[in-house]
Amino acid sequence: MIKGKFIDNLPKIYGLYTGGFLVFIILMAIAEQAGMSAKLIGIFFVAFTVGIYALIGWLSRTMQTDAYYVAGRQVPTVFNGMATAADWMSGASFVAMAGGIYFKGYGYMALLVGWTGGYVLVASLLAPYLRKFGCYTVPDFIGTRYGGNAARLSAVLVLTVASFTYVTAQINATGTIASVALDIPFGIAVYVGLASILMCSMLGGMRAVTWTQVAQYIVLIIAYLLPVFWISNKMGAGFFPHFMLADEVARIAELESQFGLGTVKNSAADMAQVKAFGKVAGITKAHSEVNTTPWKFISLAVCMMAGTASLPHVMMRYFTTPSVKTARRSVGWSLFFIFLLYSSAPMLATLSKLSLMDPTLPTGIIGKSIAEVEAIDWYQNWNQAKLMFISDFNGNGTLELNEFFMGGKAVVLATPEIAGLPYVISGLVAAGGMAAAMSTADGLVLAISNALSHDVYYKIINPKAETAKRLIVARILLVLIGFAGATIAALEIQGILGSVIWAFDFAMSGLFFPLVLGVWWKRANAQGAVAGMLLGLAAGTAYLIWVRSGGAGFWGVTQLTFGIVGSLVSLVAMVVVSLITKAPDAATQRMVDEVRIPSGRTVLGKSH
Amino acid sequence: MSKQQQHWEKTRMHLFITLAIWFVFSIGIFFFGAEMESSSIRPLGYPLSYYMTCQGSLGIFVILIFWFANRQEKIDEEFGFSEREDD
Repeated sequence: MIKGKFIDNLPKIYGLYTGGFLVFIILMAIAEQAGMSAKLIGIFFVAFTVGIYALIGWLSRTMQTDAYYVAGRQVPTVFNGMATAADWMSGASFVAMAGGIYFKGYGYMALLVGWTGGYVLVASLLAPYLRKFGCYTVPDFIGTRYGGNAARLSAVLVLTVASFTYVTAQINATGTIASVALDIPFGIAVYVGLASILMCSMLGGMRAVTWTQVAQYIVLIIAYLLPVFWISNKMGAGFFPHFMLADEVARIAELESQFGLGTVKNSAADMAQVKAFGKVAGITKAHSEVNTTPWKFISLAVCMMAGTASLPHVMMRYFTTPSVKTARRSVGWSLFFIFLLYSSAPMLATLSKLSLMDPTLPTGIIGKSIAEVEAIDWYQNWNQAKLMFISDFNGNGTLELNEFFMGGKAVVLATPEIAGLPYVISGLVAAGGMAAAMSTADGLVLAISNALSHDVYYKIINPKAETAKRLIVARILLVLIGFAGATIAALEIQGILGSVIWAFDFAMSGLFFPLVLGVWWKRANAQGAVAGMLLGLAAGTAYLIWVRSGGAGFWGVTQLTFGIVGSLVSLVAMVVVSLITKAPDAATQRMVDEVRIPSGRTVLGKSH
Repeated sequence: MSKQQQHWEKTRMHLFITLAIWFVFSIGIFFFGAEMESSSIRPLGYPLSYYMTCQGSLGIFVILIFWFANRQEKIDEEFGFSEREDD
């Protein structure tokens, strides 16, 4: 059926795959009409998609370092864009983002700006130069550019702290979705999630992760866009929601004032009742109004942008393209594919909110009698899942806006059901969430284990190790890190979104300036870089701990934006220490010159 | 000035322009959130502040990266530093 090399046939292969997936959705829809239970549909969706990823993982197995670490450096521009988008968009983006916008409005959308704007920095400051360098990992660049094991180890340290914070959140998300879709306890579901993650990455390293991530992107983008378009059309809000929801946004503002948003307040006793129920929240912020100070918005966006440019699992995706030119273009494609989902999240939040709020719509519940709402099927389901709660605080028998509470995840997970879409869409959304969380977890686990196996084991401990041994060590580390992540995830220490934001701040604190100055400032030397990484990370962490334990903080920097403090300390330390110590030698300076032009050989050899 | 220095000069200039545009749409305009909200400019009917956060800035970033890549490729070609196709 398919002749020739795999790489030449990519459009055909993924075209068939997408077609096959659409056929699967239709089959499930028919099965639902024929009476298949919702539970079974959920199980089919998750099992079928995860099975396919595992198959791709197995087909991509390899025993070559070049393929294991950088997918043989032959991933075409557009496909690398898709893989990066899946790598990037985590369970948090998929499941929690629309919910965040739903509850917090404009203030939260700083994350949308930050998580896209960062790619401009990636494309212009770093990706093409690191590709020219020819490294396998981010610490590989730091270690070779600055020279010395101290720089290499510091980079591994920052990478591990940031990526590990991030990966526990992703394994947590896979566990949450697997536990809902497969109906198993969370503590077990976490390990089911882990097993699926390891199946994709263990045998084929970066090569396997690349091709599963492309497959995962296709699933997650269909799962996100299909309900948004469907709901919008069903509501008659507009054929193309992104361009046509202005009236709906205005209508929400009108309803907000009609229902007394911000004027009717709940008492402390009322809120205690909500808190006792679970992690749900009411609408307290206006949907589209500017509701935060410029500095709060900007500081959060800045942290997310600099964090994007410092997170190693994103950067290493651009090591897999065939050339410097394709690395640069590939960043553009990545952001395009990310844009498709991110620009849809506010639309989903709008549609979801209007479905619930507008009394003229059949789905609207605000203004209905409490008894009526309690009798609705989906309310009962999501109430049982601890994601929806109502209570008649003022005792008038009618549901008011301030009496309705919902969990952040419910905006994505429950809206299809609320809007009256068939259950097959909810199954699809679960598969999409699983794809999003798995693809990011894969990238992160691989980033950590590659840094440990390549930079610590091969470059420092045992430089004479043969290929086979290196790759076995890499795989053992992969499994160990996966298990460590799952064990911590099972403890459920912090929420998904909070720890994701922390990961960005950690990465920014330790790595942003050492990476950027490595390319753009020839005078930067090893001592400066080590000081920058270690002091930046230490300052950021100290500030986080201080604020978490009740410290007042300064400059309006919160626990979500501590990267500002960390990276400033990092910048100052790096510049000062570099200037008071010796300039890098001539060979290093030549190396930087070499990195700055696309032509010629990479700095590091093809297999190193 | 050597060819390589000239190439780097131009590349650096190109970076500054790119970052300036990036700064305007990622940071600059959000100093004026309230002004954007009350502005009479309403793309597709959305309030300007809302539009920029959910589509405007994001879309501009996508275009900016492709523009950046194209122009950088031209600079590389001009100085004969672009990669050979069979690389």
